Amino acid sequence: MTVFIIRRVVQSLLVLFATSVLVFIGIYAIGNPIDIMIPADASAVEREAAIQALGLDRPLIAQYWSFLVDALQGDLGRSFVFNQPAVGLIFQRLPATLELAFVALAIALILGIPLGLIAGLRPKSVADETIMTGSILGFSLPNFWQGMMLIMIFSIWLGWLPSSGRGETGEIFGVTTSLASLDGLKHLILPATNLALFKLSLVIRLTRTGVRETMPLDFIKFARAKGLSERRIVSVHVMKNIMIPIVTVVGMEFGSVIAFAVVTETIFAWPGIGKLLIDSITVLDRPVVVAYLLVVVTMFIVINLLVDIVYSMLDPRIRLGDGQ
Amino acid sequence: MTLKVENLSTHFFTREGVAKAVDGVSFEVGRGEILGLVGESGSGKSITGFSILGLVDPPGRVTGGKILFQGQDLVGRSPHEMRAIRGKRIAMIFQDPMMTLNPVLSIETQMVETVRAHDKVSKAEARARAVEALGLVGIPSPDERLAAYPHQFSGGMRQRVAIAIALLHRPELIIADEPTTALDVTIQSQILAVIQRLSTEFGMSLVWISHDLGVVAGLAQKVAVMYAGRIVETGTVDDVLDRPIHPYTIGLMRSVPANLDRGETLTPIPGMAPSPLKRPSGCPFRLRCFAATAACEAEPEAAAIDGHLYRCFNPQFERAA
Repeated sequence: MTVFIIRRVVQSLLVLFATSVLVFIGIYAIGNPIDIMIPADASAVEREAAIQALGLDRPLIAQYWSFLVDALQGDLGRSFVFNQPAVGLIFQRLPATLELAFVALAIALILGIPLGLIAGLRPKSVADETIMTGSILGFSLPNFWQGMMLIMIFSIWLGWLPSSGRGETGEIFGVTTSLASLDGLKHLILPATNLALFKLSLVIRLTRTGVRETMPLDFIKFARAKGLSERRIVSVHVMKNIMIPIVTVVGMEFGSVIAFAVVTETIFAWPGIGKLLIDSITVLDRPVVVAYLLVVVTMFIVINLLVDIVYSMLDPRIRLGDGQ
Repeated sequence: MTLKVENLSTHFFTREGVAKAVDGVSFEVGRGEILGLVGESGSGKSITGFSILGLVDPPGRVTGGKILFQGQDLVGRSPHEMRAIRGKRIAMIFQDPMMTLNPVLSIETQMVETVRAHDKVSKAEARARAVEALGLVGIPSPDERLAAYPHQFSGGMRQRVAIAIALLHRPELIIADEPTTALDVTIQSQILAVIQRLSTEFGMSLVWISHDLGVVAGLAQKVAVMYAGRIVETGTVDDVLDRPIHPYTIGLMRSVPANLDRGETLTPIPGMAPSPLKRPSGCPFRLRCFAATAACEAEPEAAAIDGHLYRCFNPQFERAA
């Protein structure tokens, strides 16, 4: 287990290094931030001074080198726009995004697993057909369109829920969150639902397929022959088997929830890192974009590691060790 | 009489038509008795076993007949009543030990839940009973092995665990569906010895479903030979296997190499068992039968001499197998 974790940490550092190179080259190729950042009527001297102050006159490799040296000391640069450390900026916004992502995943799991069970245990029934048709809609309708429809129905027509912003936040165990106030909750429902719909469809399908594959197996029939109740068979024998693929996929999807949050945050004006990224790209605020991607990649790596550990707890046939 | 099956029919209602997997089957098993239920794949022997436990999956269901267990009919019992009987008074052992235990639950979980499904006892007591049952079937250091998962056992050991689970409640009847088919010969005989010992020790009755005549000859007191959903011949092991009357039984015997003299050639039964969806009219075996005559186009009724039952127009009294 220890060997496994050490190996994963080394691999992760390599991945982070590769990402930073790619991102650095990529953002360099997009354009020169100086054109956007200084006023159009600035003199050539002012322009030169700004370029030098930001270090943009140096060759790419030199810029990358100083970035790397700073990065190893925990400094990912200062935002051109806000003149604040880029990492600090991201961590200010991160809780809002994480909150959105967690609530979205919770909705997907809390609704998706029972719906998938109902559909899988009664295949071809009316309930199954209804749930599966719904999940096709969740899959195929574009995320941004679903968001706009949610706003139209629940904010404009019904007027039940606010359509933008984060609302009032409060503190639970020292964490600032919208979950602490009714106003915050109201603001959270629509964006979280928007982000959850796709994952919900995915969880429904995974659960349904898992149930359909597990139910005809011999060990289920044997469990019946032992006289176990149907409830125990489904909640223990079937569930523990289908949790393995669900945890794997949902864990990996958590990363993509954060990535997809870019769209949702833009639609609902949610002040998270996704919106920060879009804003920073528009003004070519290089340090923020680079820092954002590195933070997200790190989160992906950590999540995958956690998934592997949970996976080995769920499936006794898998032991993390030297063999992997 | 522990089990008396009368005219049992289990049909599957599929889109292609009605498959009469079990079609009017009758047999009896006394206390402590072992009945061998023999036949080819698709003859309906496993479905007969599942019908007794009320475990026939849709689109199949028991459509007629009686299953008298200790004198009480199990057909038409509510799922709740059947659940209380399953695993408690009638247990089942399956064919493939690699598939019958849940791979993600420990042996302890799978045994303790079986005890607690029927008896309201503490976890510690359920665990103690599990350890005892594992000891009975010859698992070394059962106390430690209880924490293990199925993949940490060999096939033979897993089958012992499955038998131990079946024994937890000392059932009056065990349905064993080819429990040794998937195992090596040496392991097979060990398992057989365990079952034989325990059935005598606890006076348990057994329905031993198998296609292996050799195993049945060594283990059972009575044999019922099934073909196309019906029992075509039944009687004591000595009667049926030494003096088979039905051409199908004779054919089965001739397909077993051990029954031949040196140099004699094997004579397998020609053709394949008919699909349960398209059974031929009359005697279902007539198209593969060496003794078939025009009379076989009608359905043969059961006849008997000295408790040796057969269902054939051309009984082979003179032929030695």
